[in-house]
Amino acid sequence: MKFTRLILANLLRNKRRTFLTVASVGVAFFLYGTLRSVLTTLDAAAEVGSEARLVTSSASGITFPLPEAYASRLATYDGVSGVTWANWFGGYYKNPQDFFAQFAIQANTYLPMYPEVEITAGDADAFLRERTAALVGIGLMNRYGWQVGQTVTLKGTIFPGDWEFTIRAVYTPTNPSFSAEVLYFHYDYLYERTERSITPGWFILKLDDPDRAAAVAATIDAAFENSNAPTKTETERAFQAGFVTMWGNIGFLVRAIGTAVFFAILFVAANTMMMAARERIGEIAVLKTIGFRNGTLFGLVITESMILALTGGIAGVMLARLAFAGDNPMNSFFPGFGVTGETIVLGIGLALFLGLVTGAIPAWQSARLSVVGALRRIA
Amino acid sequence: MKIPVIYNLRSLRQRPVSTATTALGMALVVAVFIAMMALANGFRAALVRTGSPDNVIVLRKAANAEMNSGISRQAASIIAGFPFVARDETGRPLISPETFVVVPLHRANEGGLANVVVRGVSPAAFAVRKGIEIVEGRPFRSGTREVVVGTGYAIRFPHSAVGDTVRFGDEDWTIVGHFSADGSSFESEIWGENEQFMPVFRGEIFQSVTFRMQDPSAFDGVQEMLEGDSRLFVDAFREREFYANQSTLLAQILNFIAIFIAGIMAVGAVFGAINTMYAAVASRAPEIGVLLTLGFRPRSVLASFLLEAVVIAILGGAIGCLLALPINGLVTSTTNWTSFSEVAFAFRVTPALLLNGMLFAVVMGILGGVLPARRAARQRVANTLRAG
Repeated sequence: MKFTRLILANLLRNKRRTFLTVASVGVAFFLYGTLRSVLTTLDAAAEVGSEARLVTSSASGITFPLPEAYASRLATYDGVSGVTWANWFGGYYKNPQDFFAQFAIQANTYLPMYPEVEITAGDADAFLRERTAALVGIGLMNRYGWQVGQTVTLKGTIFPGDWEFTIRAVYTPTNPSFSAEVLYFHYDYLYERTERSITPGWFILKLDDPDRAAAVAATIDAAFENSNAPTKTETERAFQAGFVTMWGNIGFLVRAIGTAVFFAILFVAANTMMMAARERIGEIAVLKTIGFRNGTLFGLVITESMILALTGGIAGVMLARLAFAGDNPMNSFFPGFGVTGETIVLGIGLALFLGLVTGAIPAWQSARLSVVGALRRIA
Repeated sequence: MKIPVIYNLRSLRQRPVSTATTALGMALVVAVFIAMMALANGFRAALVRTGSPDNVIVLRKAANAEMNSGISRQAASIIAGFPFVARDETGRPLISPETFVVVPLHRANEGGLANVVVRGVSPAAFAVRKGIEIVEGRPFRSGTREVVVGTGYAIRFPHSAVGDTVRFGDEDWTIVGHFSADGSSFESEIWGENEQFMPVFRGEIFQSVTFRMQDPSAFDGVQEMLEGDSRLFVDAFREREFYANQSTLLAQILNFIAIFIAGIMAVGAVFGAINTMYAAVASRAPEIGVLLTLGFRPRSVLASFLLEAVVIAILGGAIGCLLALPINGLVTSTTNWTSFSEVAFAFRVTPALLLNGMLFAVVMGILGGVLPARRAARQRVANTLRAG
């Protein structure tokens, strides 16, 4: 690397330009890191639904409840080792626009089926004993500044009225993609306080053997096909993936924006490299005169643009990694939002490619520069 | 004295590659900005158009959404009897007590399930809502298992031609017509008669009541009477505001994303513009010296270089607008989480949005040009001429 000092000198001759170029590449890769993490986080969120659990909901749609009697029938199927159910509550705390999920659950059967819900504060028994108790995610506790033992009032939309819950326990999800912003409370409370009759919104079945999920689901749906309330059974993963796709084609949107960002920055960086090379025509001619080969000159310019792109690229993705580490506002939208190692590696690869493309034209021009012409021009 | 603009234009022509790459960088920023805003615009427009300012929608108190609501037959007939409900020529009230459910149906291409609103309306619904028009076939006949589907539904779902049947709620329904609704979210729905849907879905209960007001300006009084009536337990909304509100949250999120992404991209593009303009100033030092010697004031030189940066930006902005224009009218879909159903809507690129895009570009140009232009204006004549 005997040319290290030469390359360095070239990079530092116009410090402002070098800085601005690195910074513009940097912000672009910050954006790349953020956008790609949206996709990886969504993918991870689709994985959080277990393949070892099935969800049985009404074939007429998730908004239609199922008879409670199905619970005991579902438990009899071969391969099903546990049954519980849950209902969507659809209330809000103070501000209707401020959304979080609330589920009415059959707690003593539900919690054993969800090892992801790990109780880290308060007391599980206190929650189980008390009819109006609530089990709240750590993220939600922080969002509203709630304390264990506090009574909170939610306004019901589906189930009208003011609903008071006493927070008796707090959970921290063991899987970062599992939402930390859910409020669980007792189905019995919902059942007893509501005038019209309530039945379960959906059932969750625990499987002995996840490999048999499809067969078990098919058996169940076939058995209920001609009943009053036909069912639709799928793995929990498929059930949750259905909600993600409801947002629309996010993948396409993110990829389209990402491509535009990449090309925008390609133009900026390519322009800089060409300007830098143009300024140095005289020097390059001199280097050629004293015996530098075309290939060496080509290499020098390419190396320079690679260094610019790599510095910016690495700085950008690492910045994104730091910005979205630990607690960050994106977590409310996307639980477990963060920049993965794969995104960083891919970003560095992309930066190398950027450096190669933006350096290619000026490098090629330098290599085939006519010494006589160049020296005459500056003379 | 001002330096003629033609000087800048010719300078830009002198370095076409540099001008073009800088402008293209900005063009992509503007295009992304416009595209994202058009997405938010389109979604909002679809929901704003859904409601009419002349209509009132009544829901059970605190229900907030049609799906959560329940209105008894008795309450519906009490509402129909109020004098502020408009009437048609024959004296019948322009009112539609409606059932509302969402059902999962298979989409045409990717085969996945999508939630579709099935709305049971009274035959008067077509008169209550102004923009509804049967574009193919005929309206459903009262007392039959017939439905009409919105044009947005018909495009995206298979077996939706007139004469086909669609199965939901464990029954087969014959599609007898397609209706358009001025691009509103009604176009993503299936409409049939409320009395037919009641026994199939939720029994003897409506979800909402929508009526035309006799005097649309009297909404406040109407609202007070309905919400204060002790026989009813309801909230009343102006129909337009009710549906428009369902778009607020998502439109806000989309706007935020648009500004976030375009803002970050803009930083990169502005840095690029600064580089370009500094290079332009450096390579034209002798020219600047000449201009100053001729008696142009430093202020004029500053204005001239700033203008040059803005010209590049305007060029970029214009290309950006052209790049973004083809997405106008492109239909996409997302879920309206309030109604829990899929809504089809079109990207909307409006003249105001294009203007915003251009303004955005000009701001980028000014930010990118101001420092180099100041450098140009502050040059010492002797130095610049010596350098040449």
